[in-house]
Amino acid sequence: MSSELFLRPITELATALDEKKLSSVELTQTVIARTKAVDGRVKAFNSFDESDALTQAAASDARRAAGQARGPLEGIPIGLKDVIAVTGQPLTASSKMLANFVSPYDATVTQKLKHAGAVLWGRLNCDEFAMGSSTENSAFGPTGNPWDTTRVPGGSSGGSAAALAAGEAIATLGSDTGGSIRQPAALCGVVGLKPTYGLVSRYGLIAFASSLDQIGPFARTVEDAAIVLGAIAGHDERDSTSFKTDIPNYRAELATRKGPWKLGIPKEYFGEGLDPEIATAVEQAITFYQKQGCEIKEVSLPHTRYCLDTYYVIATAEASSNLARYDGIRYGHRSKNAADAVDLYSQSRAEGFGPEVKRRIILGTYVLSSGYYDAYYLRAQKVRTLIRQDFLNAFRDVDALLTPTSPMPAFKIGEKADPLALYLCDIYTIGVNLAGLPGISVPCGLTKSGLPIGAQLIGQPFQEANLLALAHAYEQAHEWRNQHPKL
Amino acid sequence: MNYEAVIGLEVHVQIKTKSKIFTRVAAGYGHEPNTLTDPVVLALPGALPVMNKAALDAVIKAGLLLGCDIAPVCKWDRKNYFYPDSPKNYQISQYDQPICLGGSVEIELPGAARNLLGQHKKIPLTRIHLEEDVGKLNHGATDSLVDYNRAGTPLMEIVSEPAMHTADEAFAYLTSIRATMIYGGISDCDMEKGQLRCDANISIRPVGETKLGVKVELKNLNSISFVRDGIAHEIKRQLAVVERGGTLVQETRDYDGQAGTSQSLRSKEMAHDYRYFPDPDLMPVKVDEAWKQKLRTECPELPFAKQERFFKDYQLPYTLTSVLVWDKDLADYFEEAAKLSGKPQAAGNWIVNDLLRELGAAKLDLLTSKVRPTHIAALVQLVDSGAVLTHAAKEIFVEMFATGDDPGAIADRRGLKAAPTDAGELEQWCRDSIAANAKALAEFKAGKDSAINAFKGSIMKAAKGKANPKLVDETLRRLLAAS
Repeated sequence: MSSELFLRPITELATALDEKKLSSVELTQTVIARTKAVDGRVKAFNSFDESDALTQAAASDARRAAGQARGPLEGIPIGLKDVIAVTGQPLTASSKMLANFVSPYDATVTQKLKHAGAVLWGRLNCDEFAMGSSTENSAFGPTGNPWDTTRVPGGSSGGSAAALAAGEAIATLGSDTGGSIRQPAALCGVVGLKPTYGLVSRYGLIAFASSLDQIGPFARTVEDAAIVLGAIAGHDERDSTSFKTDIPNYRAELATRKGPWKLGIPKEYFGEGLDPEIATAVEQAITFYQKQGCEIKEVSLPHTRYCLDTYYVIATAEASSNLARYDGIRYGHRSKNAADAVDLYSQSRAEGFGPEVKRRIILGTYVLSSGYYDAYYLRAQKVRTLIRQDFLNAFRDVDALLTPTSPMPAFKIGEKADPLALYLCDIYTIGVNLAGLPGISVPCGLTKSGLPIGAQLIGQPFQEANLLALAHAYEQAHEWRNQHPKL
Repeated sequence: MNYEAVIGLEVHVQIKTKSKIFTRVAAGYGHEPNTLTDPVVLALPGALPVMNKAALDAVIKAGLLLGCDIAPVCKWDRKNYFYPDSPKNYQISQYDQPICLGGSVEIELPGAARNLLGQHKKIPLTRIHLEEDVGKLNHGATDSLVDYNRAGTPLMEIVSEPAMHTADEAFAYLTSIRATMIYGGISDCDMEKGQLRCDANISIRPVGETKLGVKVELKNLNSISFVRDGIAHEIKRQLAVVERGGTLVQETRDYDGQAGTSQSLRSKEMAHDYRYFPDPDLMPVKVDEAWKQKLRTECPELPFAKQERFFKDYQLPYTLTSVLVWDKDLADYFEEAAKLSGKPQAAGNWIVNDLLRELGAAKLDLLTSKVRPTHIAALVQLVDSGAVLTHAAKEIFVEMFATGDDPGAIADRRGLKAAPTDAGELEQWCRDSIAANAKALAEFKAGKDSAINAFKGSIMKAAKGKANPKLVDETLRRLLAAS
């Protein structure tokens, strides 16, 4: 194996493990060493538990030796965004509110990864309670983009994207409420998949906006993403919103789903504000598909311009209620300055939450208030239906949509001080969440200054297999997956 | 001016399911604090609710029993407010689409006398919805502790129209709801355990006025008698305010049942804005016709319908039905004894008068009683056939209650059976008695039937009280007819 094991995809490492050329303990040690070497600059991790990871790796090696290996994730170190519960590990949501909270239970995806034999590795930084697009809202400080650590990795799952790009994990999980997997994947030059709402259980995922949140994988390759998705997808009786559907073998389907595809290009996604270098890169991707025999069709999603407003009403309304449980009574930050019970709430929340979280709680509380509900929340839900309808209309003619993932490449830490400017980072990703659709970001180039660019493919509900096959076809014909940041 | 009171009740009933409403952890009462908890109950980060179908079954059944329309979809909303007993700081409830709409609760008002049927009324319901219970705060001297064992227990809220006018009506309403819920196996409705809780909305208005007056919500009505007393007290208080020229204010008042007083908790201005919105964690659940039909087949006959049937099928007097029908086990027990004995009223008398008294004295309940309906039926037949006299039967009952032995065997063992069996001896006593009572003989011959009783005293004396009265009567009549 190459000396840079930590930059190899799961598929290669799994083969090496199967062929006994490598042990999980060796692989995990390599990842730990890499993390120790670079995370001082990248700051992708909120915490990691070295001995726990090595114990898991040793157990994996023992299983393999006993002929009980559990599949392609056996012994592979996978990092989890610090909003996904792992028994006995910190669960902070990158918030002071939960700085000392240790989860007493596993998320469903955690259990599934354990059952798949993966080595759970570290707690990855993110925007506080997954609210943000740059990971600058973390109470523990920003994560750097491995391609240029003075720049943001995107967000909110910035730690998950950065750790993977920097070789501090072999794959990672993030969560995506408005683009929080796809946008950092684009900015860090890795694959990021947001599954259809309901495909992956949310049990054990710290809720930001329940009707939008989905857990999904970050991976070096589309095939790796297919492997991880296959491990975490599926109905869960502990999540009422998880969908009862057969889970195909996504990895095997990569080879069998060949098209010819009809690709839609939504005209609203190529307008003002799109970085020209990104526009060019995505247009080249369109040309690629065309050359492959895909039918390319311009489509319109006329309600696109309402996506951001709709999102910030619905997401904040749900968040204002979801975050009410952080009150200092049962767990989490409890103010020492409280005079009485009501004051305990006020003080604990005032001290425990950062400014962006407070901003969204206040906004969400407002839109749900008596007298405003109809004008904001109810109307936003109606617009949401129209937005979903836009996509479903487009899907009558096409199999998938191709768009830029982010209007801009990674920007400088501290560059966007205005919250509204940051909200614009998600204009191409938010509609997918509002419509509950699957979306994947694949690397499709580098800017002249060497920053990654991502293209987004948007699929029909529960058609992840098609989406992955489409992305795989592009990826295999290009070399972007073999480009790595120099750290 | 004459005023009338208008009362609406909000009744919370805890549903007895094995597990809580949105998670698998057990529901229960009296456990060590915070042992009936899990990530969902404690609202740990990332925990999600999943609906317990048994709770929805129960509330639909309650709706069917009370004649409500059942909504085609069960939809969940969040009621947002901060309070330490509420782990999520929102309660999962139903706001604009309750599972049950309309319906009514039949009540019986006190009759003119204890042994007379009272007036029946139907109190219309606004709605019944399903929600989750909250935890409990225990206030110490310097701190407050919270126990989340109760949190997440399924709870239904039954809301009446403002259609009651007296404390007695409210009392009867609550009694009827309690019986319905117990009958339906929906709740045990033990108010001491908080399984049945009641808030009352009370206002007064001039008689003839149709608009509602200023509403006062009375809380903490912790027992059925507190409900009656608290409402009566509040009506009196409001009348007093109006009579001395004062103005009533919309407020929530706390009733202290021990002291018989109430005090203001908060005024309308401090009312919460609960910011209801549909809970995105729970999918709406379709309730189809087949589901409702299945639950319909599980709906028992309710007390008032049973009472009607007992009047009609068994010709029972009101006083017996009014005891029998309110307890389903007791009513079932009675019906079995009535059928086995063929003498419903006699069986009913034994059960209501003797069995309940002995059970009460022994602090036992019906289901553990050694006296079964077969015993009651056997005893009724012994008395009816004249084999045992009433006073002897009472003795037999006491022993039967203690031992569970067959009443005939007890009668034999204790020599309590009527005697003699020798017809010749009895006939001789009868002849002697007729011969000795010329006056009674003349009266009887003149058509006074009751004169026959005059002969019986000496016969019983001769028989040492054990003569079969039926046989004595028959023998006397035969001899009198011939003489």
